[in-house]
Amino acid sequence: MSSTQTSAWRGLLLRRAIQVLALLLIIGSVCFLMVRALPGDMAMRIAASRYGYDFVGSAAASAVAQELQLQRPLWQAWLEWLGQLLRLDLGQSLVSGEAVWHEMAHHLAASLDLAVTTLILAMLIGLPLGVAAAVRPGGVADRIALLFAVVLRATPAFLLGILLMLLLAVHWGMLPAAHDDQGGTLWLPALTLALGLAAGLARISRSAVREALASPACEFARSKGLSDFQALLRHALPLAALPVLAYLGVHLVLLVEGTVVVESLFAWPGVGHALVHAVFARDVPVIQGAALSMGLLFILFNLLLDALMLAIDPRQRKPGASDA
Amino acid sequence: MPETFSARLARHCGLGLLILIACFALLGPALIGIDPATQSLGDSLLPPGASHWLGTDVYGRSVLARIAHAAQLSLGLALLAALSAALPGVLTGVTASWCGGRIERGLVMLADACMAVPGLLLVLLFAAIAPGQYWALYIGLALSLWVEYFRVTRAASRPILHGDAVQASRLLGFGKLYVLRRHVLPALTPLLATLLPLSAAQAVLALAALGFIGVGLQPPTPELGVMMIEFFPFYSEAPWLIAAPVTLLILLVLGMMLLAGDKELT
Repeated sequence: MSSTQTSAWRGLLLRRAIQVLALLLIIGSVCFLMVRALPGDMAMRIAASRYGYDFVGSAAASAVAQELQLQRPLWQAWLEWLGQLLRLDLGQSLVSGEAVWHEMAHHLAASLDLAVTTLILAMLIGLPLGVAAAVRPGGVADRIALLFAVVLRATPAFLLGILLMLLLAVHWGMLPAAHDDQGGTLWLPALTLALGLAAGLARISRSAVREALASPACEFARSKGLSDFQALLRHALPLAALPVLAYLGVHLVLLVEGTVVVESLFAWPGVGHALVHAVFARDVPVIQGAALSMGLLFILFNLLLDALMLAIDPRQRKPGASDA
Repeated sequence: MPETFSARLARHCGLGLLILIACFALLGPALIGIDPATQSLGDSLLPPGASHWLGTDVYGRSVLARIAHAAQLSLGLALLAALSAALPGVLTGVTASWCGGRIERGLVMLADACMAVPGLLLVLLFAAIAPGQYWALYIGLALSLWVEYFRVTRAASRPILHGDAVQASRLLGFGKLYVLRRHVLPALTPLLATLLPLSAAQAVLALAALGFIGVGLQPPTPELGVMMIEFFPFYSEAPWLIAAPVTLLILLVLGMMLLAGDKELT
């Protein structure tokens, strides 16, 4: 029993570890291409940034090319780029000159704040709505949840953000859209991201709870004398948690993608914001660093969810379950 | 499983909506006959009227013409990306569940690797290689969309390929092509009918989102996200301007989701 358990955990970790390597490979290669696709002669450009444009001639450029071995074949340069990445050497920002790791640590903290608040907010809105809709199908909560889902599914995050900004911040003045001391500025971007997720969560938790309520386990709980509420709380909700977690796992992507857009919209100093600004400035080391941090955060969240599901659901720990 | 009446109605509504938008996108530019790039600074911010049905933007360009071109661009690029993601996705999916063993493990690993990078991030990075180029966005979109096809196809074709019907066909001497055509393809068709509009909607949204934050297609191009950010400063003096691309985008995405029979909606 314990050996199958450890093998389930090991498989889970192995899968995510491979993903981390793939992430390094893909993002590293794309950023390498990005550098190569920059216009102009590379040696000339580096020489100009070293000595200033007035002092650069072809002699200086060829000296730089000699020194940095720029005439090497493409694949050698690519391997070296990846090697640097594997040593976790992300280099310096071309704009601020600061180490990319140092900058990213700051942005990551802000993004993490936003992501965690979003998740909590989405669950606080979506789950009770879904459960209420499931307990009374066709009731008020059910209809609200359906309307909510239809409207939000077709509204992209950036539009929702603007609408919320106009309504809550500009016209009603309830929440600040942007502020220098960051007091309360978290709420608007978090709400923007959370609403979309909450709509999906409400629909999924509705069907999950309905299914769980109709299950034999719940039937038995009621026939042994538990009240409807007790049966719901003790037996239906844990059973319904699994599809909801699975849904969250699939839609974490939305959260990560949403951060890119919503952070730039609200000027939230997170990784997504840094990424978009680095794209404007063509600051490739920062683009690479931001994309990597974002990918790592995504994989980490996925790993946590996997672990949670494995902990809740004993069926997944059985041999052969990981195949399904 | 028989479709309920409301689910069928939703699909038909979605299809109708998409056909309308497609007609607008295909015929619109020719029928309107105004170049979407022609500026006339004297006619800046005209309200909707007889000559410009949706008014003009700040440079006096016809919004209707620009919207029609934007619809063509979004719909075209999204369909192209979804279709070119579907082909390798389905092929690798069937291959994986057919061959099994090492090949399947390798393909699953490849799909896992692609899933490590969130879709929009991949599109954004490709767009950053060649700013404002269609091909970069197209490659990024197709690369981020194929994994879903692979996963669904692999999961759906496995029980069929290992089922009794296929075994009987093979015993009767029918070849691989016959099995693919008569057993696998019919089972995959309804799944693809759901996946194609969903991934096209994803592509439309990604395109607009990137245009909106300024890292997708670049300003002179009539594109929905770019237009929204152009019109946004005038939202209180000319609200019809921002309403046009927003409405089109929402209708487009809603149509695709309804056509897909999105489980979360019905």
